[in-house]
Order: sequence, then C-alpha cells, then structure tokens
Amino acid sequence: MSTYTEKIREIARRLLKECQVEMVIGFRKGSMPLMNEPCIVRKAEDVDNLVWDSNCGINLANYLSNRKEKIGIVAKGCDSRNIVTHIMENKIQREQVVVIGVPCQGMIDKRKVAALTDGDILEVSEADDTVTVTTANGKQTFDKKDLLQQNCSLCTHRNPVIHDEMVADEVVEQTGIDPYADVAEIEAMSSEERWNFFDELLSPCIRCYACRNACPLCYCPTCFVDESKPQWVGKSQDPLDVRTFHFLRAYHCAGRCTDCGACERACPVGINMRLLTKKLNKDCLDLYGWEAGLSLDSRPALDVYKPNDPENFIK
Amino acid sequence: MKVIKIDKSQWSQGLEKLRNSFRLFGPVKEKAFHNFQELAAGQAPELDYQNTRLSPKSLVFPQSELMFNYSLDKEDPECNILKEAEKDYGDRAIIGIRPCDAKALSLVKMNFNNDQYEDPYWLNLYNATTFVGLACDAPCSTCFCTTAGCGPYHEEGLDVLLAEREDHFIAKVLTDKGVRLLESAGWPQASDDEAALEKAKAVAEEKIVAKIETDSLAAADTMALHSADFWEDISFACINCGTCTFSCPTCWCFDIQDEVYRKKGVRMRNWDSCMFPIFTVHTTGHNPRDTKLARVRQRFMHKLKYFVDKYEKGIMCVGCGRCVRQCPVNIDIRKVSALMNSLGSEAKCAVQGS
Repeated sequence: MSTYTEKIREIARRLLKECQVEMVIGFRKGSMPLMNEPCIVRKAEDVDNLVWDSNCGINLANYLSNRKEKIGIVAKGCDSRNIVTHIMENKIQREQVVVIGVPCQGMIDKRKVAALTDGDILEVSEADDTVTVTTANGKQTFDKKDLLQQNCSLCTHRNPVIHDEMVADEVVEQTGIDPYADVAEIEAMSSEERWNFFDELLSPCIRCYACRNACPLCYCPTCFVDESKPQWVGKSQDPLDVRTFHFLRAYHCAGRCTDCGACERACPVGINMRLLTKKLNKDCLDLYGWEAGLSLDSRPALDVYKPNDPENFIK
Repeated sequence: MKVIKIDKSQWSQGLEKLRNSFRLFGPVKEKAFHNFQELAAGQAPELDYQNTRLSPKSLVFPQSELMFNYSLDKEDPECNILKEAEKDYGDRAIIGIRPCDAKALSLVKMNFNNDQYEDPYWLNLYNATTFVGLACDAPCSTCFCTTAGCGPYHEEGLDVLLAEREDHFIAKVLTDKGVRLLESAGWPQASDDEAALEKAKAVAEEKIVAKIETDSLAAADTMALHSADFWEDISFACINCGTCTFSCPTCWCFDIQDEVYRKKGVRMRNWDSCMFPIFTVHTTGHNPRDTKLARVRQRFMHKLKYFVDKYEKGIMCVGCGRCVRQCPVNIDIRKVSALMNSLGSEAKCAVQGS
C-alpha cells in the first residue's frame, strides 16, 4: 500500500510540474484512525500530502461535478466507473481528466472494526493483508479481508476501467462471488415482511443527507427533497417522508450506481441503504445485462431502447 | 452543596419512585449506538456508554416539533385559525446526560432566552427538565472538553452530578431542582465523599488529551478571518451533509414549515443546517451563502468567532467530538480552530509590536 502512496506522489508531481493538470484530487491523511480526507493539491511541492491506504472509501468522482479545470484524479475501480458515468452524463469532459488509476484491494469498514474491538480505537496500521488495531484496551491483529466494507468484499471491478496512469499492476479480480445474496433474501420476503424490514432499516435515519451528498450520482442542482415549488416531500421525521426520500433517491440511481459504498460509509447512523440501490443494480443486470460505468462506448440501459428489451414487467 | 451516596442496590427502586413525579429519559443502546430516549416503566438508563451518537438536544429541541394545527375547511367555523398544538410540559428528568451535553444546552439557552427573543417551545421543555449528569471517568480519544470551556466533571447546566463507582453512585446536588429529584427518589444517605469527587475530577481531566486552540479567536479580525485563504482547503472535502450540525449539541438552527393534507394543516419546525445548500435561501431566490466554501466558513465562523464576540462566553462548542468522529470526510474542528486561532495570534503580536 505504501508503494501506492509513493507512486501517486510521483505521478502527481510529474503531472503538476509538466502542467498537464491544474490540480490533483486525492486523499490526505486523516486526523482520526480509519479516516482520510479528500483534498486538492495544486503545487508540485505539496504532493507529499497525498496518501493511499485502505481508508480511501469516499468516492472522489463526487468532487468532479461541473469543474472546469484540467484535473488529475486518483481513482480506484469504483471511482473510475463513476468517472465514466460522469463523462457519459456530461458532468465532466474526458479531456479534462487525467485518471490516476489505483488497483484497489478493498476498503476497511470502520464500523466493523469498532464492532470487533473493545474500547476507543486509537491507532490502526496495515501491513500486507493484516490490520493491527490499537484500542484503549489493547492491541488486536485482523486479516484485512475480515474488515472490508461489504461492497468491497463483493467487488468484481477492483481495477480502474479507464486510466491514463496506473500506480501499480492490475490486481486479480475476485470471481465466484454472488453479490446479490442479500437482495435475494429481501426479494424472498412476503410484502408485509418486506415493509417491516424497510421500516426497521430506515428507522434510525436523521435526514442529514450524507448518503445523497457522498454519492457521485446525486448532483441535481436542487434535489427533489429540497424543492419547494412544488414541495414533493415533507421535511419532518415522518416515516413516510423518510421512506420517500430513500426509495426515490434509489430509483434516481437506477442503472447508474456502481455500488461504491460511499453512501453507507458516510451514514452517521449506520443504515445500509445500498440494499435499495443494489436491487436496482441487480434488475439492470438481469434484465439488460447492464453494469454501470464499465465503458465509455455503450449507453446506459435506461437511456437507450432496444427492440429486444424485456417488457414483461409492464403490467 | 451536599454530596450523597446512592447504593446501586437502591438505584432502580429510586428510579421507579421518581416516575411518580417525572417522565424519565436516558441513554439506551439502539442497535450499534447509544441514544437518548424516554425510559419505559422498569427500564433503567444504560450508563455504560462513552458518548451517545446524537446529542440529547432533541429532548428539549425535537428534530420535528409541532407548533400549530389548523383547518382549511370553509365549513369549519375555526377555518384558518392557528391553534396551539397540545404539549406535555410536565416535569421530566434526564438521567445520565454527559456534562458536555448539559453545558451545551446552557450555551443554546443564550440564544433561546435573551433580551430580544424568548423561544417558548425550547424554554418550556428546558425548564420542565431536571438534568442528572453522569461524570466521565473514561473519556473518548476525541474529547477535547477541557480546552472548550467544559470538562468531564463540569457542573454547568446540571442539577445533580453523578459519578459512578463499583457498587454506588456519588451524587453532588447542585440546585433546588436537584434536591427535589433526590428527595422524590428517596436517596437520602449523606456522604462525605466530596474530596473523593474532587480527586476523581482531577484524574478524569488528566485523561483528556485532545485539545482545541481558541485563546486568540477573540483577538482575530473578523474580516481577516472571513477572507482568510484557508477556507478553500478546509471546505474542499465537505459534502454539505447535515451530520456535523445534527449531531452537534450546540447547533440550534431550525426551519418552519407548513404541511397540508386535504383540509387540515400543521405548522412545525424542523432542524435546519447551515451545511445545506438551501439554508436561509430568500424568497427572492437569493442565496446568501451559495457556495460550499461560504457554508463551511459560516459554520466555523459562527461557532468560533461570531458567538465568541457576541456573548463573550467562549466558543459555541463543548468539545464532545461528535462532529470529528462522524464527519464522513474527516473535517476536524480542532484543525480549523487552530488555523483561525493562528490569525488571531498574529493580530495580537501586531498590536504588541505597534
């Protein structure tokens, strides 16, 4: 991992020195264990702020929307798929970005670490495939694979799908994975069970909109929940309004979501709202053989018509 | 003020007695985190927590609070008349609030109870509440209360301060409200543990290692802070969610909304957040803070400069560390305060030099 950091700095330094870009978007070391902070570097002498480790789960494509500069951007697999989606949706031009590809080995879920350890987490260090966590009550070492975000442990696109630079050789993609087992469980529920499940799932929501705002897809100038003329959704904690927000947001992401996990990661109260977007990802895959952001050459499933599109769900 | 000892064997019995006079609220573990909620009969507060995920501010300042009901039915003789929503302002007690969260409410009180404005909803709930604090003997690594005008045994805003020991609590009675509560619970046993409490306080304060730098904020020039060049760097990562403001015990902004269904309507107020892009947008469409940078600057300037200058009671932050821990992109108020403070210390030096 530290070799990634060195290589990212080296590439960023070169891009800035050679004026290939005006800025590089990456991560700098966080002030807390298991956290890094998205940042911009504009000068070659500042590239040493850039770091890479397993705490770079925020999706940096989110920071590209509508920018006018020429930008170098550090991108793991999912970020690169969202950059593709951004380019397709005209939120950024391909010529504007120099993609510094990072073959990803998965990001750590800080809530998993908290659940598996006892006491306040003071320090976390990584070496190869292990992670050592120091808490107020002692030190524990884990296999990194046991601490990964769920979307990372199910990921089959760890390598950037577009890149202009690469910080390392590609990693081997995971195979034999059923990414939709959790969705299938919900599909198997009766409608009453499902209703109760969603009620329970969303009950801790405080409507801070961290999920929406961490999502690179959610770039609407005014989100439907913020619209006041007309007002589509109430603003209180009424469960009906909370549900409306989450369900509609998920539908707005249909055929676009890369399951990068930024929404779940950002949520301060630990809601797995990915279950909603994943269902739509699964439908897009089953119905149209479509996975978002894999290539600049094919249009998204929901913005093209093909004569053989399935239509038996239209009742 | 006197100090009493409460044996744990008498704890739940006393709590049940309290229910004759108070509605009880306290920390309860919900799924992965502790949060404050009303305690059902027989339910004890779960005091084995460090810091709740959300602050208990919602107990006096609900996230959504009904203010008025009205009818839009032309047949109704009371059509179009706003009617005060019914409220329960009966006595209530919060058992196990942390000293930082109680101090936070006393900061909020400056805003909701002053010469220009008295907020009836907030004040009625605040005044109806007896605050029983729980001293912090094992603070989090992100707690910086001792440099934010607070501390693990801080008494401001509390009626009773409890310190938990193996088989008993030491309770320091701080106000008449506190006396009444302890009498209602029937915990009469006097104790001479005040010295022990002072000692424990010193030990707990030693454990707070995180710090915030604020000593030169008052001296800093407001416009120089406003136009400082560090805001772009600070605000870049911000995604403009409400995590910091909603989890903060001192953030008090709200937004009044009407909601109508068929011929019935309600007027309510909901928490608002200066991080939201539509915060305080004018009816003309003008947005006074229409960039991320302006919004992030507003949050920190309010807490660390405007409030400091307006009330001269320190910063609008008690060092609970919730925003530091929960910010999805790791924006850290301690780092921001250090940058703002350094501008202030430059200004101070300039004054001395002139």
